[in-house]
Amino acid sequence: MAARHKGVETKYYEARDGVLRALRNCDRRTFLRISAATMGAVLAKGLMPPHTFQLVEVAGASTAPEIGKGFAGQGASGERPFTFAYISDAHLYERTLNQRFVRAIVKAVDDVNALDPQPDFVLYGGDLAQLGEPSQLELGRQILMGLKAPVKMMVGEHDWFLDLGEKWQELFGPPTYSFDWKGVHVVVLQSVYEADFWTARKMTAEERMQTVAGLDNAVQSRFEVGDKQREWLKNDLAKVPATTPIVVFSHSPLYKYYRNWNFWTEDADEVQAILKPYERVTVIHGHTHQMLFNQIDNISFYGMLSTAWPWPYAPEGLPKLTVQMNRADPFDQFDGCGDGQATTSAEGVVDKIYNLWDRNPVTVKASYLRSFGKVDRPPEPQFASY
Amino acid sequence: MMKTRTRMVAVAAGCVAAASAVCLIASNRGAGVYAQALASHQLPQSHDGNVVVQSCDGSTTVEIPGLKPGQQMAHEQAVEFTRGLMAEWQRKHPDQHWIMAQAETGSEAQAPSQPGEGGAKGPEDTAGPGAAASTALKSQQGDTYASFHERDYKIWKAQTDAFVEQGNQTFHSAQALGSTIGVSCDMCHPNAANTHPETYPKYQEQLQRVALLRDMINWCIENPVKGVTLSPDDSRMRALEAYILAQRNGVPLAYGKH
Repeated sequence: MAARHKGVETKYYEARDGVLRALRNCDRRTFLRISAATMGAVLAKGLMPPHTFQLVEVAGASTAPEIGKGFAGQGASGERPFTFAYISDAHLYERTLNQRFVRAIVKAVDDVNALDPQPDFVLYGGDLAQLGEPSQLELGRQILMGLKAPVKMMVGEHDWFLDLGEKWQELFGPPTYSFDWKGVHVVVLQSVYEADFWTARKMTAEERMQTVAGLDNAVQSRFEVGDKQREWLKNDLAKVPATTPIVVFSHSPLYKYYRNWNFWTEDADEVQAILKPYERVTVIHGHTHQMLFNQIDNISFYGMLSTAWPWPYAPEGLPKLTVQMNRADPFDQFDGCGDGQATTSAEGVVDKIYNLWDRNPVTVKASYLRSFGKVDRPPEPQFASY
Repeated sequence: MMKTRTRMVAVAAGCVAAASAVCLIASNRGAGVYAQALASHQLPQSHDGNVVVQSCDGSTTVEIPGLKPGQQMAHEQAVEFTRGLMAEWQRKHPDQHWIMAQAETGSEAQAPSQPGEGGAKGPEDTAGPGAAASTALKSQQGDTYASFHERDYKIWKAQTDAFVEQGNQTFHSAQALGSTIGVSCDMCHPNAANTHPETYPKYQEQLQRVALLRDMINWCIENPVKGVTLSPDDSRMRALEAYILAQRNGVPLAYGKH
């Protein structure tokens, strides 16, 4: 190209490289002058310095909260409402390879740590790693240890298909569990099992992982909760009264949105049938990287934002109740990404805040979904999908 | 000279295209690169530094005595030499059934067959199906395109699809894109969604200028992908454009749309 047009991130890296180069060969007096000038510029712009300069190495496991061990039984019943936060879909590579995604999840951790009061817990929504490598999962664990609130972990397909969950489970425990919290029954599912497509194709573990990591290939199978886990869910709910509010976390949406991209759970209808007897059910899922909500019978569904990148809305199948988020600005790394909070009301239904970075947050109330769109419609986007 | 040669090439194309296209498939498939530059042929050197002209089969050549590079040839002389070239080609291919397109005007054998769906499309049969008997009379015949047949369309479609597939591979490969951070196009654009190639050229506010699709591809390669920008005729750029456009088949063009 004739002219060089650079993104904020590229310019930032170049500026940083320049500063570091200058620092490498300057005396003390020059160093002080550069420091003063830098601080002056920062103050003049009213900016805090960007996150990357403050990348915090989290201290060792001994002082950090235990991740994935849960706190089942700590919650007394009948203490609604309460708030929980989420961070999801960080898709981490090794830090040395990719700083961009590291910077994004650290930003989310900072966001959540800044909440006052602190949420009761933080749900991590899956896809901590990009390609399931132990080093990627360990890096993610280290970053999440920086959270002040207790963390509940959920697994995504990017965490799973290199070693079929071995490393993830070693770090975070079983992928399927439930607990009661302040009168709400909370279930975390592993919704991204896939029928074996790799053995017949003689794929290596890496090839299997790479295939699942792509959305738009027809090679992989569809996500499913599976017979065994559905049986577990039935048993788990058997002791829960129909009046108890239920919150289900799943990585994939527990309904059928768009099959080609696995915005989809093959046995979603069967799972929904298990949840049918309960009056107030909220499903919160990752994977789709966009503002996404739906209501099917008694079940309200909310998608989570990704910290790493937003996904376009699928060409078909978008739930009617979903109000699209504005198109993301590709020139802004953080646009269309973010994290979020959810608050259970006294009735046990869940309002959700989409904390979209660099934009106004969008609140989607349970009343909007439960009235099938009659009240409390969220603000419309200025620019929907092409 | 140019005029004469063009005409000759056009007439010969109908018969030779199929054979040469097959050759291209064979050679390119071996190399695994469909998006390479067009095939070029080596001309034999003239001892006296004369111009050597080659026919479109890529092998038949004739030297033009006394004509040096940069010099013009008289029209009559050009006709004579191109006829000679044609005759040489026919001598080398005695079994090849040679159809002089103009002579066949009105013949049913010249009616173009319908190409397969998707990919490269041939000329429309305006007479419609079932009107074959009257096609010969109603539609214009005898021009270059009318002499192509189903086999040609199949070859063209295979070539086009292979080119798009090359783009598909690049689009999905951080390595092929030269990403230094493991990022490929499909991570944000499954099936090239939200690339909206039909809206270019348009004023791209962030770039402060009018952008083409390739400018945005390069912007993405340089910034989120953290690679090195591609020149417009880089085989990867050409293939990426092909793939992205192919994903929006049927969407109306809407340049300048925001």
